[in-house]
Amino acid sequence: MENYFQKEIECASREELTKIQNEKLKEQVKHVWENVPYYRKKMEEKGVTPDDIQSIDDLHKLPFLSKKDLRDAYPYGLLGVPLKDCVRIHSTSGTTGKRVVAFYTQGDIDLWEDCCARALAAAGATDEDVCQVSYGFGLFTGGAGLNGGSHKLGCLTVPISSGNTERQIMFIQDLNATVICCTPSYAAYLGESMKEMGLTAKDIPLKAGIFGAEAWSEEMRHSIEEMMGIKAYDIYGLTELSGPGVAFECSEQTGMHINEDHFIAEIIDPVTEEVLPEGSKGELVFTAIDKKAFPMMRYRTRDICMFSKEKCSCGRTFIKMAKPMGRSDDMLIIRGVNVFPSQIETVLLEHGYQANYQIIVDRVNNTDTLDVHVEMTPEMFTDNVQEITKRQNDLVAGLKSMLGLKAKVTLVAPKSITRSEGKAVRVIDNRKI
Amino acid sequence: MSVKQISIFLENKPGKMYEMTEVLAKNGINMRALSLAETEGFGIVRIIVNDVYVATTVLKDAGYINKLTSVVVVEMPDVPGGLRKILKVFADSNVNLEYMYALAAEASSDKAYMVFRVDDHKEAAAALSRAGFRVINQEEIAEL
Repeated sequence: MENYFQKEIECASREELTKIQNEKLKEQVKHVWENVPYYRKKMEEKGVTPDDIQSIDDLHKLPFLSKKDLRDAYPYGLLGVPLKDCVRIHSTSGTTGKRVVAFYTQGDIDLWEDCCARALAAAGATDEDVCQVSYGFGLFTGGAGLNGGSHKLGCLTVPISSGNTERQIMFIQDLNATVICCTPSYAAYLGESMKEMGLTAKDIPLKAGIFGAEAWSEEMRHSIEEMMGIKAYDIYGLTELSGPGVAFECSEQTGMHINEDHFIAEIIDPVTEEVLPEGSKGELVFTAIDKKAFPMMRYRTRDICMFSKEKCSCGRTFIKMAKPMGRSDDMLIIRGVNVFPSQIETVLLEHGYQANYQIIVDRVNNTDTLDVHVEMTPEMFTDNVQEITKRQNDLVAGLKSMLGLKAKVTLVAPKSITRSEGKAVRVIDNRKI
Repeated sequence: MSVKQISIFLENKPGKMYEMTEVLAKNGINMRALSLAETEGFGIVRIIVNDVYVATTVLKDAGYINKLTSVVVVEMPDVPGGLRKILKVFADSNVNLEYMYALAAEASSDKAYMVFRVDDHKEAAAALSRAGFRVINQEEIAEL
């Protein structure tokens, strides 16, 4: 028996869904026109008024928003309601060190938590379950989103956050946790640790896991499922659109259902910005049609993806998106954290190094590693090993503060970083995902 | 009275030291002393050579980052306790020693030569001279 949180809408007919989308979209366009001068200006520049948007067929007339807009409008420029109506922010890294700050009204949080509750229900969770939320809590959306969804569904929620693996395993065993939510790499790490402790699938009460915020392969899914004796479900989202739960996997596991009553998805050509026909591969664009505090209109995710509109055996009628197949920009996702090469460059320049660097990303024992190779310069070189090591450590600290990630810094000889056709290769991603 | 030591940045990888010495060999540079300070990722090679100007020029042209550092080179009798006497001079004059290494001397010679990097090389050289030690200058290096 398929399990739902809001069956009526999750299984609504296309006709009904389109009607809801049309109404919400019209209202949302009016909302941003009246309350977000930044976006109104963009609409005016394109010669579009709210009257031009009568249904979702008119969506393509609206201007796009990108990470650059978020930076230019930082922090309040895209706010759709007075600050006194906002109850929370979450934040993720931006392109050049300015973070993206997303605002939420209570209503926005409610609809986000509904989305997460749908994802948990699709993974089989009910109010009988104990749900361990091992995503990080804080500015990151993972912990808060799934925690809220778990509450809505009525699960006994364990907001344990990430880290402290022994305690994680103790709680799973002692409290009989049946559902776990975390990044896939942390799930794999937990699974390995359980194996090392001599635990087999039958010693572990877990039956399902919801894993997202970073790319993972089918092989990784099978290995996690085998180690923990669970079924592993994918979830998609981004802070700009609320957080995890924009799309989620059902029992069929042939793609993630997009919560279309809250988000309208399009696939565009990242270069021409034209909307691509059904079934095409291209850049994923979302319009949040009822989020009020931070109303993202045609937000370019930079994720390369495709849709499937085929009928799903789970009964849900929401279209499905494939796992993102890459990016149309240079953003890396490392241990669930968004990293732009430009951020690393900023830190290097601040610390007196030149912008001759290379980022090497790998996955060792299911955990992402970040190694930054920096070319030594005559200015930074001294005869004193301690002094060079100290500068190296300062750089590691600077990167940690900018990215929120521990990176390894390797000092390399001048001109040793590969340049092809005069242009340095900035990123080497050795992860097999 | 001090001697110029050349410090060179090298990656801690197979073949890097070989490549650097090849540059020196091709250009007829004779190394009189060498020491290596290594970390996990990189190393600093410190050398005393017969011709500092040519060595730094060819190293720079080959893409090596290098810096000159003043060190004190001292002659001492090659007998047990020889080094101890020099270290006592430093201790008595409150000179702090950062690192030291030996300089190649002729096998038949009864003299040994040590290279010292200290916090105050002027004071160190003066104290050694006062105590009767022969402090080697840059010109003498080529003839040792």
